[in-house]
Amino acid sequence: MTARLSAREITLRYGDRVVSTRLNLDVPDGAFTAIVGPNACGKSTLLRALVRLMRPEAGQVELDGRAVGDYAPKALARQLGFLPQDPLAPDDIKVRQLVGRGRFPHQSLLALWSADDEEAVTGAMAAAGVEDLADRPVQELSGGQRQRVWIAMVLAQRTPYLLLDEPTSFLDITHQYQLLGLLARLRDEGRTVIAVLHDINQACRFADHLVAMRDGRVVAEGVPGDVVDATLIKDVFDLPSVIVPDPVTGTPMIVPTLQGE
Amino acid sequence: MVTLMLCLGLLGLCYGASWASPGEVFAVLTGADHSVVISDWRMPRVLAGLVFGAALGVAGAIFQNLTRNPMGSPDVIGLDAGAYTGALVALTVLSGTSAQLATGSVAGGLAVAAAIYLLAYQRGFSGLRLVVIGIAVNAMMTAVNSWIVLRAELEVAIAAVGWSAGSLNGVSWDDLAIPFALIAVLLALMTMRAHAMHQASLGDAVAAATGVGLNRLRLLMVLVGVGCTATVTAVAGPIAFIALAAPQIGRRLAGSAGVPLLPAALTGAVLLQGADLLAQMLLAPVALPVGVVSTAIGGCYLIWLLTKEVRRA
Repeated sequence: MTARLSAREITLRYGDRVVSTRLNLDVPDGAFTAIVGPNACGKSTLLRALVRLMRPEAGQVELDGRAVGDYAPKALARQLGFLPQDPLAPDDIKVRQLVGRGRFPHQSLLALWSADDEEAVTGAMAAAGVEDLADRPVQELSGGQRQRVWIAMVLAQRTPYLLLDEPTSFLDITHQYQLLGLLARLRDEGRTVIAVLHDINQACRFADHLVAMRDGRVVAEGVPGDVVDATLIKDVFDLPSVIVPDPVTGTPMIVPTLQGE
Repeated sequence: MVTLMLCLGLLGLCYGASWASPGEVFAVLTGADHSVVISDWRMPRVLAGLVFGAALGVAGAIFQNLTRNPMGSPDVIGLDAGAYTGALVALTVLSGTSAQLATGSVAGGLAVAAAIYLLAYQRGFSGLRLVVIGIAVNAMMTAVNSWIVLRAELEVAIAAVGWSAGSLNGVSWDDLAIPFALIAVLLALMTMRAHAMHQASLGDAVAAATGVGLNRLRLLMVLVGVGCTATVTAVAGPIAFIALAAPQIGRRLAGSAGVPLLPAALTGAVLLQGADLLAQMLLAPVALPVGVVSTAIGGCYLIWLLTKEVRRA
């Protein structure tokens, strides 16, 4: 396993609250990595540190052996694409315009909009299935449509890495599976996908590499089928469960034994 | 919009104690004729109306982008009042030369911007908190301004009050050369970063992840916004509401996404020049301060904006 992107001994804190201490993580190239864990376990914070939205107090995040802090903002943005949980759409923006904003790191004062940009935007809208919405105002879209538009914006950035913070929240179950399927397809096309996911069964089904976190630490990581057992689920989520093979894919499926109370 | 701007400008050159026909104005503009009234009295006033209006419109668009709030304009959050305080101090404590006035108002505007920023900064940057604190600071600065005026000598106080509403009465070429140059530099700087400013409207996380250097961008936006506001205030006093209304009206007319700069500048120019013409006409031959008219227009706009926002919420 090779890893261009890795966290080395990073300590992360918000004000007085230490989130993670001396955390290490290698993100396998070309794989779909899912980060799971209970609320407030530091998984979103870790993702933010990987894309340099948060500066580690100690240690560093490295891309190709070089600290991400040493990259020029646009150079890093051509490598790492990131979709946060709460992006803002400017008033009255159309879908195509919003997707076009993903081209920002490829543009400069002298080269504002090129044929490459045009092609990347069209391709990204097709991949995310939002071509039909191109001229619609983003405000008028449903939650599922809007999320696909944001995915298209990150795709238009054409980065080898896609980092997504809980991309399936606010989506109904069909759209959740469609979105995860899209991420798996992008992985098949050679991109490295890293997503914070809430649903551990979905993570087991779609991810090649699972990272389970609790209290800011990585408790276990590896191929879901190798690392997920009832003990791990108890350790990470405090949830008694039995693990059965997913009847569709054979990946681990967690069935909680807790019945009320 | 450009046409409307040119028409209002022409009207401004024609209008005055004696009406000059557009033909006469063109003759002066092309150098075929000479008229002190048009080229030395009306011309600077009209250009000031257009350029200052554009500067205020851009300053408003900058702060509305920065705060992500249509209420977050420099006149609402106290930057005009702060710049005016600086100018008042220059007028009362120092001798009140135009360089002192300009320096004073820029310093006042920057000090208020820094104060609001420090008060509003709590683990990050919230536009709404900044606007609310700005409104409070605005009230305080207005009180300080009244206090300074009350304490000042009578002649100074009269001059200061006439100026406090914002007025283009009696501006001449000498008053305008430096402000115009400053505004040109500031607008050029901002134009170069406009693309990044629009990218920042996607939220801090997306902006940073797509390669916007947010800290440097914000600093530049504050400097240009305060610079434009303070420069206008130093010459014409705090002209309210242009910065608040122009960006939003311009945005709707242009049908564009977010709050862009160019429509804000053009709308600002039209609004201020239009307001100044009205100010001269309403009680002619008495010329009202343009701030009185812009406040009246802005008041109507504000009521409309608030009812619309309330309905949406």
